[in-house]
Amino acid sequence: MRFVDEYRDADKAQALAAQIAALCEPGRQYKFMEVCGGHTHTIYKHGIEDYLPESVSLVHGPGCPVCVIPMGRVDDAIAIAHEPGVIMTAFGDMMRVPGGNGSFLDAKAAGADIRMVYSPLDALKIARANPDRKVVFMAIGFETTSPSTAMTVLRAAAEGIDNFSVFCNHVTILPAIKAILDSPDLRLDGFLGPGHVSTVIGCRPYEFIARDYGKPLVCAGFEPLDLLQSVFMLLKQLAEGRCEVENQYTRVVPWDGNLRALAAIGEVMALRPYFEWRGLGFISHSALRMRDEYAAYDAERLFEVPGVRVADPKACQCGEVLKGVLKPWECKVFGTACTPETPIGTCMVSSEGACAAYYNFGRFTRQRLTEATRI
Amino acid sequence: MCLGIPGEIVEIKAGRDDLAIVDVVGVRRAINIGLLGPDQVGIGDWVLVHVGFAMSKIDEAEAAATLEMLNGLGQAYTDELQALAESDIT
Repeated sequence: MRFVDEYRDADKAQALAAQIAALCEPGRQYKFMEVCGGHTHTIYKHGIEDYLPESVSLVHGPGCPVCVIPMGRVDDAIAIAHEPGVIMTAFGDMMRVPGGNGSFLDAKAAGADIRMVYSPLDALKIARANPDRKVVFMAIGFETTSPSTAMTVLRAAAEGIDNFSVFCNHVTILPAIKAILDSPDLRLDGFLGPGHVSTVIGCRPYEFIARDYGKPLVCAGFEPLDLLQSVFMLLKQLAEGRCEVENQYTRVVPWDGNLRALAAIGEVMALRPYFEWRGLGFISHSALRMRDEYAAYDAERLFEVPGVRVADPKACQCGEVLKGVLKPWECKVFGTACTPETPIGTCMVSSEGACAAYYNFGRFTRQRLTEATRI
Repeated sequence: MCLGIPGEIVEIKAGRDDLAIVDVVGVRRAINIGLLGPDQVGIGDWVLVHVGFAMSKIDEAEAAATLEMLNGLGQAYTDELQALAESDIT
């Protein structure tokens, strides 16, 4: 594919690596957080860190939507799935996420009718085809998926479908970034902003990070050269004493975002006062609920939701990994008790989870580095 | 779920201007284009599809690069494509 070379060119990568090294102040350590799980994946797969000087490190953020679902919400969803007449629907990524009492797959094996869907519109279609059943969509994700859930609810309302509802677990990225900035654990020098979330929210909402916290942010694309260029842009800002929000991924991310998507979210959903995040605890105004006007589509109002709270397993250190305090392999159970086949923590479940990405690709990089050090 | 898959719009449904057929590496599926707005996309345009919705318009070069990257994801991409192939939102 002739187009791809443009983003993969090894010479360009080396040239960027040299420019990055030249921008680093001697003796200074730089730590940048990539917020998005998709970036984590690219970083491990392509060994991006091998192109960076030792003084620049990348830490992984909370941007994997499956990873931040607290176990209690999985248990709540399973309780709804066991209600008479219910068909629970969920994205494939959700099926293996462990709750306090097993996953969706376990609940399905125990007799609950839980179906995997690609789109909330598929769930709506199931509702249309099963008027005598109550179809619930397990809605998860950041602003990348919340507009789709909102549009589906609007569609259900327009068609007068009354056996479809949403168990809303949508989260918003900005309060999570703010929680990390407020956390005393971590000193960061800047952020690689998420690509696809920014397609929806645009670049403007990140401005508080530069203004109030004095950290630069660059919205970055997913190709290896995108990430290297974004690191270069962050270092350039620091070298020039600037602190701004910049957009490296202009070919996909519009500065103002997708206004229709934002309008759909705003029409159907409102901010919750607080929401629990796996590993991060309760964060104010960090998630969405269904608006009162759409109460008829709100599974939390239609069903008895136990409101289960489950402490994360003691051995699991997803919280530290999600905050970037620990690298995946520094977790006590990484790759031993916790693997993609039998995950203990959510970071090992989704392909975008830092642990799964590292498990699948990273070990090669680490091995290579160890060998290099030995020589 | 988070993967944005590039698709080329090959048809816009008559009477439903929010519904289009896209071609994703040979698989043709209906997607919702309501988030891009009427007149924003037409036949031959490439869009990034998230969970059945076109979220942004992209150019062909970006589409090719993204597809190549997705190919490298292996199982995660295969699963997503399989899920898309089984999806029927019409």
